[in-house]
Amino acid sequence: MTGWKMTELTDLTVAEIRDGFRAGDFSARDVAEGFNANVAAAKALNAFIVETPDKALEAADAADKAKAAGVPLGPLAGVPIGMKDLFCTQGVQTTAASHMLEGFVPTYESTVSGKLWAAGAGMLGKLNLDQFAMGSSNETSYFGNVISPWKRGGGDNAALAPGGSSGGSSSAIAARLCPAATGTDTGGSIRQPAAFTGISGIKPTYGRCSRWGIVAFASSLDQAGPMARTVRDNAILLEVMAGFDSKDSTSLDLPVPQWEASLSSDLRGKTVGIPKEYRPDGLNAEISAMWDRGVAWLKDAGADVVEVSLPHTKYALPAYYIIAPAEASSNLARYDGVRYGQRDLPDGAGLQDMYAATRAAGFGPEVKRRIMIGTYVLSAGFYDAYYTQAQKVRALIARDFELAFEQCDLLLTPTAPSASFALGEKQADPLAMYLNDVFTVPASLAGLPAMSVPGGLDAGGLPLGLQIIGNALDEQTVLNAGLALEERAGFTARADKWW
Amino acid sequence: MSIDLQTVKKIASLSRISVSDAEAEAMVPELNNILGWVEQLGEVDVTGVEPMTAVIPNHQRLRDDVVTDGNVRDKVLANAPQAEHGFFAVPKVIE
Repeated sequence: MTGWKMTELTDLTVAEIRDGFRAGDFSARDVAEGFNANVAAAKALNAFIVETPDKALEAADAADKAKAAGVPLGPLAGVPIGMKDLFCTQGVQTTAASHMLEGFVPTYESTVSGKLWAAGAGMLGKLNLDQFAMGSSNETSYFGNVISPWKRGGGDNAALAPGGSSGGSSSAIAARLCPAATGTDTGGSIRQPAAFTGISGIKPTYGRCSRWGIVAFASSLDQAGPMARTVRDNAILLEVMAGFDSKDSTSLDLPVPQWEASLSSDLRGKTVGIPKEYRPDGLNAEISAMWDRGVAWLKDAGADVVEVSLPHTKYALPAYYIIAPAEASSNLARYDGVRYGQRDLPDGAGLQDMYAATRAAGFGPEVKRRIMIGTYVLSAGFYDAYYTQAQKVRALIARDFELAFEQCDLLLTPTAPSASFALGEKQADPLAMYLNDVFTVPASLAGLPAMSVPGGLDAGGLPLGLQIIGNALDEQTVLNAGLALEERAGFTARADKWW
Repeated sequence: MSIDLQTVKKIASLSRISVSDAEAEAMVPELNNILGWVEQLGEVDVTGVEPMTAVIPNHQRLRDDVVTDGNVRDKVLANAPQAEHGFFAVPKVIE
């Protein structure tokens, strides 16, 4: 290892690791060992449920060997990543952060993780998350809270939320435990954690990434995507993760664009829409000011700016909290103590008692709450009033976006209504926690690509995120606008190491 | 519409989740709070609006009706809490 220290290697981006490895500046093994060491030293963050240092080394050695032999290298050769523990990984425990799936070792590999390994990436471990991806703060994991590496300024030592549900991913990337990770986003689970930890993440158009082998939450909303420190790294990973898969009936049979090669922060000829409904009375002044800065940055990149209206925005969150629990109640019916996962069989219990006991013991409170809400809104007599109405409102929300995109090419909004909050601060009131998704849920309901990039720090020294929402299938414009913001925000802040 | 203790117990039963009386009681205000909040959807005029069925227009694909999978019994059973003689095992069912 000439001229490189371990700590420097773990500060590199995915693109820098990829290119440096190819140029022979360092070996893939050096990189994997550096990140393995960081993971091992960061137990206090609780970002990983399972660490797989041997997997990382195995992929690294394969990359080094391939390079030495002159064999063509995969696009992610030499790059170790973290895998959200919602993706089934063959031979490695996959829990969705639940007790229900504790000890579940898949005999198959999810399509998205399989694509990443085939591209040469190595696995550092399985990342913690909110249980079954239900949560916005990573406080619902059976394996304990993930802690954000960030602290508020002024000596406030409160443990902060890394966001959710992909909070293990966001915390690990921000703390340099991995250069990138997978996330999944149902109502904001990639974007909000990215915003809370000063990194970037993109949820692509619904159907871009196969859902096969991802533990299902709400199937019409679930979408995988990458999380990393730069927009370029997101483009690199998304190119590998996306693509048609016959095993997912909602997978889009379209070629994967060359997002990285087409990256350009020149936004001349593009029009940015600013949805007025995203600036409600009482919007946090710092969020509002950051948003204004973002608008100015996009103008500086050559874009025109127009105000647009998305009149049904206020109904997105209540519609989401009918649709997502309804789909979850159906999806999670599979956890019956028969085929996989936990079984709780009280003495003398029959089959029905076994189901009820297994599910009572295997699910956490938030998961039970959502299954029960979902069961209620789908039950006889209430289906039309709740579920059908919500799906109609969802159609109106999608229509709002369609009309807006007749006037503009992308939308710019804040990612979340606040910076990260302290663990425990919002847990008492489920509804207050749900409101955290107010800016991210509408794009999820409409299946649109959306990204969060760092917009700056608040007065307390915590990261704030800017969200870009694009038209269906137009990830390129989203990434390009993200790049324009990234270049102008000059976000270099990082959490002081305390763990 | 608000839900009472009996309704919560019924939902729990439909969900196949056993709950104690104390748990069910704690859920009454919680679920009412959430359901009360989503009820604002009722004020949206949805006349003539079809419920959304697909977020991105996509046709359902057909494939040839041939076996593409299977012969993986042991893999399927590998994570079963109890498997016997190549089957999932469950407690006696007496109806």
